[in-house]
Amino acid sequence: MKKAAFLLVLVIGLLLALAVRDFPAWGDPNAPASISPVASHFVASTGVDTEVPNMVTAVLADYRGFDTMFETVVVFIAGLAVVSILRGGSNRRTRDREFVVDFEPDLIVTNTVRLIVPVIQIFAFYVLAHGHVSPGGGFQGGVAMGASFILIALSWDLKTALVRFPLESCFTVAALGIVIYAGIGLLSMALGGEFLDYAHLSQILPVSPEMARYHAMLGVEIGVGFTVTAIMYALYASLSTDGRMQDGL
Amino acid sequence: MFEDGSIFNQLLVERLNYFIYVVLLLIGLWAMIAKNNLIKKLIGMSIFQTAIILFYVSIGVKEGATIPIYLSEHDPHGTHARDESNETENPVSGPQVLEASLVAKYTNPLPHVLMLTAIVVGVATLGLALSVCLRIYRAYGTAEEDELLEKLEKEDSRNAVLPIRQKSRRRFPVQKSRSVTQSKTVRSEEKSVPQKPKSNRRRKTSTNAEPQIPQSGSLNKEKKDDQKPTRAKRTRKASSRKSKGDNS
Amino acid sequence: MGLELLNTLILSLLVVVAVLSLWVRDLVVSAVVFGIYSFLMCLLWAEMGAVDVAFTEATVGAGVSTVVLIATVFNLKRKAKD
Repeated sequence: MKKAAFLLVLVIGLLLALAVRDFPAWGDPNAPASISPVASHFVASTGVDTEVPNMVTAVLADYRGFDTMFETVVVFIAGLAVVSILRGGSNRRTRDREFVVDFEPDLIVTNTVRLIVPVIQIFAFYVLAHGHVSPGGGFQGGVAMGASFILIALSWDLKTALVRFPLESCFTVAALGIVIYAGIGLLSMALGGEFLDYAHLSQILPVSPEMARYHAMLGVEIGVGFTVTAIMYALYASLSTDGRMQDGL
Repeated sequence: MFEDGSIFNQLLVERLNYFIYVVLLLIGLWAMIAKNNLIKKLIGMSIFQTAIILFYVSIGVKEGATIPIYLSEHDPHGTHARDESNETENPVSGPQVLEASLVAKYTNPLPHVLMLTAIVVGVATLGLALSVCLRIYRAYGTAEEDELLEKLEKEDSRNAVLPIRQKSRRRFPVQKSRSVTQSKTVRSEEKSVPQKPKSNRRRKTSTNAEPQIPQSGSLNKEKKDDQKPTRAKRTRKASSRKSKGDNS
Repeated sequence: MGLELLNTLILSLLVVVAVLSLWVRDLVVSAVVFGIYSFLMCLLWAEMGAVDVAFTEATVGAGVSTVVLIATVFNLKRKAKD
């Protein structure tokens, strides 16, 4: 079995190494992917269309908004599946585990976490809101936000974290994120545009169509951030406790 | 060996990045096929995934280009700010479409966007796979592939042999594994009910196949799940003892 | 030249760390080494100019996926057979 696997891998490796020679040279500015009209259009006219300096955010939330919306839905469904697969929990007792966790929270750790969790959360908001002009956006900000809740669960215990962010409201928040995303799309549809055509939001926002796209992108990123925050936290909560939602890591 | 045009030069010097991606991809693929532990397989899957993401990102790299965020001279908001503060100095009003020469100064943002979402979806699917691992561990008490296959085979043979055994034993040649499971079933029937090793799932599947066996075990469901790891060991010991006995 | 050297260094370290994370038998060590792999990957992407991808990898790959892996190993057997 192992030999067959090694042989298979070797053959595939040989084929891929031969294929590598056909690639354009490293960093070639005239590589087919770089001179394609789509990519050139994104680089050239993102500033005119949306006034967003960070092209990645603009392409993510505006030009390819439909794609991102369903990626968010995929994250949501994955979280839902994890929680429902592990639901109920096993009957194995904690002492059957190889790790024994002292459930008494440590003084130094909890006080340090008390200090840094607000900083992490503010940084998450900054990353989310500042994604237009610097690296960042809904996904990164959402994950940082979820990590702050995971940190609470790690330093105290899961019960403390679940008091602050119960699992039931996790899915409400996650669904709310997708509703915000799709709602902005539907709103622009109701105002006469197409789905996720944010420029038409300028009819209700006191800004130009370009700035309407700018601000709608922020709304969309907030929706993504909600979903990702809740799902990352739900993932940790169910995986660390094997679905029992108590005495976790 | 490394002169111009040779295959080593092409692979290891000019296209070293691509070559390393191939190596990473192969490591991931090999781990997915040949590793025994399910968690190791998933780590292999993640390595495979990062190799592909690396490949995607690196086809958008341009030599001497900057990151895909507008420099201050092309920044739409930068121009606005300058316009408001001092209109006479900067005649340009508002952002403009960049020329082709300027486009080449920015890295291609499209692969970044595609891969950014792929990473986040990747961790969501990794979580899903890990939850399936936990579920397998809950049902079989192991996350190793060979032990898992062994247990699955045992279970299959038990399910397959039981209805046949009731009709006639001699019609089919009894294989070793079958005899083991049969003797074990008999042994467990002789003993008192709570020690009878039947997991939740197995009982469900075998309900139709063997109506003779009493169903009173369902009362002791929780107890049995607790006993699972020790039971697995006992089963293995018993089977080895039986096979030794058969040989002698 | 310096950048090229850094690139080569990171790439070779990537292969070493990937093999190491599959080679060690302790699954917690494996998960942590996989976190190192993600950080190296993040460095490589920052060097390629994909800052958003690097940021995502730093938060998602090195942060959450390591935590999730360790949380899972906590509920499994810690030692792997290979």
